[in-house]
Amino acid sequence: MSNSKILANGVDVYYGSKQALFGISMDIKEKEVTALIGPSGCGKSTFLRCINRMNDLIEICKVSGSIKVDNEEIISEKTDVVSLRSKIGMVFQKPNPFPKSIFDNVAYGPTIHGLVDSKNELEEIVHSSLKKAGLFDEVKDRLNEPGTSLSGGQQQRLCIARAIAVNPEIILMDEPCSALDPIATAIIEELIDELRLNYTIIIVTHSMQQAARVSQKTCFFHLGELIETGETNKIFTNPDNTKTQDYITGRFG
Amino acid sequence: MFFWSLVLIAVGIFSSFIYGRSRIKLNSKKQGTKSKSLPNYYAQYVLMWCLFPALIVYFSWAIFQEQIIQNIVISNFEYIEGAVYNEGLLLAEIRNVANNPSFADGKSIEIINAASHYSSLRQISQISFYTSIIIIMLLGALYASQKLKPEFHAQHTIEKYIQYILIFCSSVAIFTTIGIVFSLIFESLRFFAEVSIFEFLFSTEWYPFIPIREGQTAAEGSFGAVPIFAGTFLVMVVAMCVAAPLGLLTAIYLAEYASQRVRKIVKPLLEILAGIPTIVYGFFAFVSVAPFVKAFGQSIGIDASPTSALAAGMVMGVMIIPFISSLSDDVINSVPQNLREASLGIGANKAETIKKVILPAALPGIVGAFLLAISRAIGETMIVVVAAGTAPNLTGNPFENVTTVTVQIVVALIGDQEFDNPRTLSAFALGLVLFVITLFLNIIALQIVKRYRERYE
Repeated sequence: MSNSKILANGVDVYYGSKQALFGISMDIKEKEVTALIGPSGCGKSTFLRCINRMNDLIEICKVSGSIKVDNEEIISEKTDVVSLRSKIGMVFQKPNPFPKSIFDNVAYGPTIHGLVDSKNELEEIVHSSLKKAGLFDEVKDRLNEPGTSLSGGQQQRLCIARAIAVNPEIILMDEPCSALDPIATAIIEELIDELRLNYTIIIVTHSMQQAARVSQKTCFFHLGELIETGETNKIFTNPDNTKTQDYITGRFG
Repeated sequence: MFFWSLVLIAVGIFSSFIYGRSRIKLNSKKQGTKSKSLPNYYAQYVLMWCLFPALIVYFSWAIFQEQIIQNIVISNFEYIEGAVYNEGLLLAEIRNVANNPSFADGKSIEIINAASHYSSLRQISQISFYTSIIIIMLLGALYASQKLKPEFHAQHTIEKYIQYILIFCSSVAIFTTIGIVFSLIFESLRFFAEVSIFEFLFSTEWYPFIPIREGQTAAEGSFGAVPIFAGTFLVMVVAMCVAAPLGLLTAIYLAEYASQRVRKIVKPLLEILAGIPTIVYGFFAFVSVAPFVKAFGQSIGIDASPTSALAAGMVMGVMIIPFISSLSDDVINSVPQNLREASLGIGANKAETIKKVILPAALPGIVGAFLLAISRAIGETMIVVVAAGTAPNLTGNPFENVTTVTVQIVVALIGDQEFDNPRTLSAFALGLVLFVITLFLNIIALQIVKRYRERYE
């Protein structure tokens, strides 16, 4: 288990009195893409949001159990949420650039974390992040235009660049392509494939083709439980559990 | 008389509704076809044709009856050669006698004659009023009932009528506003005919006195409104110094930090603050705050007057806190949640998120809230009447007595004076200035909010 990046053990989540996740245990390896699939409302996004403590924003949400990132417990009062989130970037379902310029969008993270000392350094980080997100060539002449003026797919790549800019180790993606057209989706999928060389990626997706294309590991959630987890190839060709079989063959969901 | 006629109209429209409903059913049965609209629409159609002409008659009677009767009585009055009459007094006398015959004792014969003439005219008017209402309702119903055929699209017509009614209702407010603006402008023009507009806008002496007797030079007035504008501005600045930080920080707390429970309690409490009558704030300012300000001024060696810009401004600031906090809270809340998530997801803490993402995104809305609060502060009257004083001092010292536009309007209108001299007319000129300033503030505020919407949506 030496290269295990995230280790979840018995994670329960309650929204008020309603239990949303039941004893989720999972082992996520470093520099791999793990896809979380399952029908709507099965708890995959909830689990994703436990990993960077985004669920803290919801007042009635209570998380128990253990999640360790690099062997450090994060479900605890003592966890430094700010540094945790700078280590774990997140890309959301709907592209959500700030109403600022393209440059300022990417510069936001490095600035608040004090990662840079000079303007040149900041520029360098912004440019390299945009390059890594495959957006630089398209926007290099208009870095001062508002981020909201870009197309949906470009905005999503801007959000990826913004997440990369603080140099995270893990990137969480919550249905990053569900608001995009097929071409923009294909570009993002290619990008995910490149990014996994440097980052551990967990992606929630509704599209099983997408899970099959981009991920190495797949976890199937159903009604708040983790039904099956394994190599993507195996899950999609020869799953152990009949529920998984039913879902990927489109019998429900 | 007007009450019973309303009962009459009510009976009329009720029966017209019933009539329309049964008539269309009968007609469609006779023709053996289904009517194009539901029977209720035909009934409403008849009802409208009954109601609106009757209402027009009703209101024209209510407005013109008295005037017309008086004119007839006066023009038929048997004037006595050589006597001087005051028409208003004469009419009052005639009316008194007509309404109360015991007043007739000792009145001249012409008055008694005129009074009986007046009474008989009223009776005639009353009878013809009822008759014309009944006739007009019958005519309306008759006209409408000719249309009650199954192939007539009653619903379309009703819809059109309803649209006219709605247009009429919304134009009431608009025309009232226009009327007020014009009356302000015309009365102001009368003022500026006597006082030069340059003196009014740029001169710094405000002594709104007028000679009571012809040629009384000692009390020649002067109407330079600069000290009044300055006083208004000073009170407004003090108020905003209190309200802007308190209101904005309250809004940030409520929108970003407070739990649902706290929010549920605090927000209504703040809104109660907005519901307190301003005169209550006024005596709070006068009784509690002003003496405190005076004492405080003395303790730091400033001679403060018992009423001051500071006292009035501070209380006014408290009064407009809810405007700013409530509007800003709405604006901050309407910043999309996903921007918060984006910022927090990068690892920004709450304060950084608010400072760098939420406030910039909400800024135009907040500016709009401030401007609306300012225009409210400028137009506020009672607090300043009670607590700011009436002395037109041109000063920047908030411990001194100042006066505001609204206070001077009150001062000008108090007392039993005709609107024929610069002192009372100055109220309209000041009102016009006030109106123009608040209008501009509101327009700018709305523009900013609008532009902000276009940019971020």
